[in-house]
Amino acid sequence: MKTLLKLLIAVALMMSFSHVEAAETLNGAGASFPYPVYSAWAFDYNKITGIQLNYQSIGSGGGIKQITSRTVQFGASDAPLTPEQLNKDGLLQFPAVMGGVVPVVTIPSVKEGQLRLDPDALCKIYLGDIKFWDDAKIKALNPQLSLPHGEIMVVHRSDGSGTTAIFTTYLGEVCPDWKNKVGAGTSVKWPVGIGGKGNEGVANYTKRTPNSIGYVEFAYAEQNRLAYALLKNSSGNFVKPSFDTFEDAAETGTFDPKKHFNLWLVNAPGKNAWPIAGATFILLAREKPDANRKVVKFYEWAFNNGDKKAKELVYVPLPKSLKDKIRAYWKANGIL
Amino acid sequence: MARTAKRNPVDTFFSIITGAASFSVVVLIIGILIVLISESSLSIGKFGIWRFLVSTDWDPVRESFGALTNIYGTVVTTMLSLVIAIPIAIGIAIFITEISPNFLKGPIGAAIELLAAIPSIIYGMWGLFTLSPIMSRYIEPFLQKVFGGLPLMGILFQGTPMGIDILTASVILSIMIIPFTASISRDAFNLTPEVVKESAYALGATKWEVVKNVVLPYSKLGVFGGIVLSLGRALGETMAVAFVLGNDHRITTSLLDAAATITVTLANEFAEADKDIYLSSLFYLALVLFVMSFVTLAIAKFFLLRAEKKYTR
Repeated sequence: MKTLLKLLIAVALMMSFSHVEAAETLNGAGASFPYPVYSAWAFDYNKITGIQLNYQSIGSGGGIKQITSRTVQFGASDAPLTPEQLNKDGLLQFPAVMGGVVPVVTIPSVKEGQLRLDPDALCKIYLGDIKFWDDAKIKALNPQLSLPHGEIMVVHRSDGSGTTAIFTTYLGEVCPDWKNKVGAGTSVKWPVGIGGKGNEGVANYTKRTPNSIGYVEFAYAEQNRLAYALLKNSSGNFVKPSFDTFEDAAETGTFDPKKHFNLWLVNAPGKNAWPIAGATFILLAREKPDANRKVVKFYEWAFNNGDKKAKELVYVPLPKSLKDKIRAYWKANGIL
Repeated sequence: MARTAKRNPVDTFFSIITGAASFSVVVLIIGILIVLISESSLSIGKFGIWRFLVSTDWDPVRESFGALTNIYGTVVTTMLSLVIAIPIAIGIAIFITEISPNFLKGPIGAAIELLAAIPSIIYGMWGLFTLSPIMSRYIEPFLQKVFGGLPLMGILFQGTPMGIDILTASVILSIMIIPFTASISRDAFNLTPEVVKESAYALGATKWEVVKNVVLPYSKLGVFGGIVLSLGRALGETMAVAFVLGNDHRITTSLLDAAATITVTLANEFAEADKDIYLSSLFYLALVLFVMSFVTLAIAKFFLLRAEKKYTR
């Protein structure tokens, strides 16, 4: 009995020591889209500073809920909150990294980057108004291609996701019909098509179904070598999804610190801007400057040192002009 | 004598902790029910009970929600999976109890139990990457060719075979519930007294006649209970079907169309439900499923109890 007691005391002591030694921890929760890059950054940051960053990818809805109830030090959301919402819940908001959405197709005889689509055609396909690939409208955009008379199989996400929110926001922006009939959100009432769960589900269906079209995250299209389509942007140029076109979108998008950067980065005005992009956001509780300073320190480190890592993981780093705006925003709120 | 009058303190302690353990389950269930009701109160207030149950609308953008498409998908996939699973499961049970040589009983029984031990997410991924392409390329076009032209039957096989549909989901579900039905049926069959069976054989009955006229009538209530338990399992199964059903909120007559069940909707939409009424409606759906499962299991219990009474009489 005595030895047992001694053992217990020893264990308790060890645990209390390790507790004292345990590094500082930052807890965050939210969007699943940026999870890989946040955890890669956190790993490197931990090696340098010893500060541990726990990020739970529970979805944007959950992230907003948790920061609103103040159970985490920061929340993350793929959708920007409006200034009214932020004021109501006492939150700060800034973008951390960018991604985008890419339409991918599987059409026999059409290779990667060959098919050209304009906003109207994409919208009509997803509304079910254009039913065949050799529709006059698509043919006019692609005079050099011989498109088959195949029925278009539309693939969309079956689960709620930030990817869908960005994609439907874009369609709503460029196509009044879409805005009136369907609208934008993490999940919507799709007029046509079948649903795949996750990027992997959409990619899987699109890849194996002839004459199909789907939309996936840029990283997913890139890593799985899916045949993306070129899109006509607001300046009338056909652009392909790449780091450059995303950065151009971010440079020319009007992120406004006064509105807490509330912006859907769709249909950006840049000459070479990819039209369906979006930043993912960090949410902070206004009344907790001490915790916020620690979170901001991490993102400041990531802004300075994390671009390479982000690109490796096919995320689009924020352009310098936007980073400077965010730094000014932090200063203005007294947390840098 | 004195010992029984004054209870051993260890005994009392033991009764208390086992009692507490059992009681905690009841508390937990009531707790879950209370949480479901309170979380869905916003949606109950807005849509009411009847309107929510009969509305086919599911539009997160316009914040209009109804459960009928989900209930329909749940009922249809469950029923279809039972139609596929029951004959196979009962066949397995008959083979193990009546026909199989002794050395095969062990391996087959173990294989079935192993089938029950596979996590449902594995079924889901297998369904998405393996079964669904096979269904869309071979089985569904074949079914469409054979039955698509027939009157009435034809309605069930319309549309483009994509492998993401009610049929594929039901096949996966049926594979998942076969072990349950089979092992409960096997136990029920084993309850048939040897004497009765031997007498039937002595009278010159064939194996088929013994199974049909002696074993099945003797165990039908037990088998029925097993079926309803599997039904409960199929009702609540989530990950196995979430990948292959498409989560499409509409009522369709074709088995080759995508649909949505309650669990599939929850699994797909819960994480990103960003509006209060949306989240509340998802909780409301969960409440509907809770009631459905409860009723099913109550029915199962009722029949199992009746079966037990009959055997022990």
